[in-house]
Amino acid sequence: MAGKPKLHYTKGRGKMESIRWLLAAAGVEFEEEFIEKKEDLEKLHNDGVLLFQQVPMVEIDGMRMVQTRAILSYIAAKYNLYGKDLKERAWIDMYVEGTTDLMGMIMHLPFQPADTKEKNLALIIERATTRYFPVYEKALKDHGQDYLVGNKLSWADIHLLEAILMAEECKPDVLSAFPLLQAFKGRISNIPTIKKFLQPGSQRKPPTDEKSVAVVRKIF
Amino acid sequence: MSGKPRLTYLNGRGRMEPIRWLLAAAGVEFEEVYLETKEQYDKLIKDGFLLFQQVPLVEIDGMKMVQTRAIMSYIAGKYNLYGKDLKERALIDMYVEGISDLMQMILMFPFSPPDAKEKNLESIKERATNRYFPVFEKVLKQHGQDFLVGNKFSWADVQLIEAILAVEEKVPDVLSGFPQLQVFKTKMSNMPTIKKFLQPGSPRKPPPDAHYVETVLKVFKK
Repeated sequence: MAGKPKLHYTKGRGKMESIRWLLAAAGVEFEEEFIEKKEDLEKLHNDGVLLFQQVPMVEIDGMRMVQTRAILSYIAAKYNLYGKDLKERAWIDMYVEGTTDLMGMIMHLPFQPADTKEKNLALIIERATTRYFPVYEKALKDHGQDYLVGNKLSWADIHLLEAILMAEECKPDVLSAFPLLQAFKGRISNIPTIKKFLQPGSQRKPPTDEKSVAVVRKIF
Repeated sequence: MSGKPRLTYLNGRGRMEPIRWLLAAAGVEFEEVYLETKEQYDKLIKDGFLLFQQVPLVEIDGMKMVQTRAIMSYIAGKYNLYGKDLKERALIDMYVEGISDLMQMILMFPFSPPDAKEKNLESIKERATNRYFPVFEKVLKQHGQDFLVGNKFSWADVQLIEAILAVEEKVPDVLSGFPQLQVFKTKMSNMPTIKKFLQPGSPRKPPPDAHYVETVLKVFKK
């Protein structure tokens, strides 16, 4: 019984959002079961379905997958978004690790003490504009192609778009010095599956607000 | 140009150690360049060697690879330590990610403030014995095979033996409740490439000491 993948997480972005993005971009419909209170998480524990007692957990192809990167790698490979050979995969992995580090910083921001928020936000913008975005801008400039790796849409492109949009939520003009990334953003956003995901009513989750932070703290 | 992979990092474990383990387990000889000063590190950045201005850096097959996980996935894929299909790879990835979370606690431990050390050590022990080791004990018990995935030596096994030894350095009796893992530890330690890596004189690095911590803080100082 194939069935749709089923995602177990809170009703917010967190570590599951990249998985939602990738499935959506690959045109894969999925179901979601939301953890809304502590008891929901405890039930998952008691049912023995969380390998390391953690979420995200994705039921897919008869497996109960955990660990965000493992899940993402599996989906990327299954839906041909992982390059054509080992070297392309290596580049995709490197690029994705970079955007993961950047998005990790942004993800933690709402959970940090109020008096450090301004400093942390400044660091995010600094890292985005001096460490991460220049790398992707240069990659696109060097080969002049539409996609980061192998002239074909891959996980790296989808992850980068997600990171760009998250960074823009922090600072709307963060791409001002990156003309190729601006063009990239427009191009990738217009891919039909991604365009659909970016529209209201999709399974994309909104930015984490204070209410979500409170819910997360209570559950975990 | 020797053709051997070349590793650039500090002369210590840190984030490079799992890569050393994996290359050694695969029987691959490698060279190492050690960062000892901030100037060396700044020069690497200036010369454009470090994609995200960070180490580890592994020069391999014409690529300057960075990001520990990317490097290890490449090595595992290249040397057939990544399972036979997508599902085996998924299992290996899950196991490796779990172990990596445990190793992260050990990695950060030397840098914790003195008054937090006891608590952090207790956390490492708790997580190892309640969250991670039980999973692998159960996996080995259920299939009764020597290796974690697909009845064949893989990246997951290398990562697990490394983690077991690293935790034992801090909690010597940590395997006391895990008979399968005790057997696993012996079997893995006796595999020829791993046995060689565990002997003195190999590229394996010693546990981090005060000098290592000092070097880290010096080289990566802003």
